[in-house]
Amino acid sequence: MRVTVDTGVCVGAGMCALTVPAVFDQSEEEGLVVVLRSEVPAGLEQAVRRALTLCPSGALAAV
Amino acid sequence: MTYPMSRQRRLDPPDELFDDPAPVRPLTFADGHVGWLVRGHAAGRAVLSDPRFSTEPDLQHPLVASRHLPKGRVPPGFFLRMDAPDHTRYRRLLTGHFTVRRMNQLQPRIEEIAATCLDDMERAGPPADLVRDFALPIPSLVICELLGVPYEDRENFQNESARLLRLDSSPGEMESAVDDLVKYFYTLIARKRVEPANDLLTGLIGGGELEDDEIAGMGFLLLVAGHETTANMLALGTFALLEHPEQLALVRDDPAVIDNAVEELLRYLSIIHVGPTRTAVEDVVIEGTTIRAGECVALSIPAANRDPSRFADPCALDVRQPAGSHLSFGHGIHQCLGQQLARIEMRVAYPALLRRFPSLRLAVPAEEVPMRADMSIYGVHSLRVTW
Repeated sequence: MRVTVDTGVCVGAGMCALTVPAVFDQSEEEGLVVVLRSEVPAGLEQAVRRALTLCPSGALAAV
Repeated sequence: MTYPMSRQRRLDPPDELFDDPAPVRPLTFADGHVGWLVRGHAAGRAVLSDPRFSTEPDLQHPLVASRHLPKGRVPPGFFLRMDAPDHTRYRRLLTGHFTVRRMNQLQPRIEEIAATCLDDMERAGPPADLVRDFALPIPSLVICELLGVPYEDRENFQNESARLLRLDSSPGEMESAVDDLVKYFYTLIARKRVEPANDLLTGLIGGGELEDDEIAGMGFLLLVAGHETTANMLALGTFALLEHPEQLALVRDDPAVIDNAVEELLRYLSIIHVGPTRTAVEDVVIEGTTIRAGECVALSIPAANRDPSRFADPCALDVRQPAGSHLSFGHGIHQCLGQQLARIEMRVAYPALLRRFPSLRLAVPAEEVPMRADMSIYGVHSLRVTW
């Protein structure tokens, strides 16, 4: 599983960083989504799918 | 139907919300406008994340007769009531201050504040009013320190924000509460220009991108949203736990449940119990219902959070039930900016209280606890407890 993000629509709610801190972070300045590992480590797929659901702005996608 | 407001039981939303399983139902607003009540979880998410629904004040219809501020009366910088791109511009200046990492860094300070409140309660001895002595001071002091608002001024801003949130306030009373709070921030901003400090307001002033009236509106929004919400979650959540002793014991004794317990209390209590509203700017189909351009929709967060198609046992308070997809912080671009702060405050405060006073109990019969049915944020006006 690979994740992509759109910082243009991100509202910095932090749900991704809260849900899967091993994959998502927030930038120091604007608090927008930062991907730490675009290739999702094994075992974290379900948590990433959960983060996609919880994201309020639709900034996350996974393929 | 009109917006259901009368509760049959203190911790449950009005039964009327569940009479009809349709996720979207016709609703008559307080000014006679016929729009829609959105009560389903999926429908609520769809409305809140769709840019074809506007939050602009002049497009909305009131759910409660007196409570309607026209756009001209909403302060500049009050981005909760703005659509993109205006909303985006203001929110982006703040998101960096409310990240998960920054809020986690506040944990030791929040623990210290909670411990001080508990020390004071212990010293004074029972009974205590949990609202006055614990639930209100913790988030008030935290948001004051974060923004750079002197905590000594709390009586003033707590009174003004109460006036703003009373459902029976006249438009005049609401407008004067807004004016007074905005004026208060003007004075504070002027002071911070002379004496800058390491706080959010000073940062916004120094950023040079905003006029003073915009900073005042943003400060006003953050201050009111930052203390009233968590304060009510802390007090109402404690009341709910006291009414569910087996759940209380789990929160007190098992550190592993607290993260989910906070989400479950947010879901179960749904303190934002009036609205929000949105107005369609073009025709939109939500779960098979066509909302015409110009029609206003009112969400019921309590109903969405107890949607049986989303939650397995929606009317039970079960701190082990996965509750994370509740709509208590909203959804879409307006989802609560301070939600990570609220989470840390609750994760610290509930266990600290219950561990300090393991025998905590109500000092009045449950049916005598004064509920905030008259406020736009639900909760308890006071909570007399003993131990």
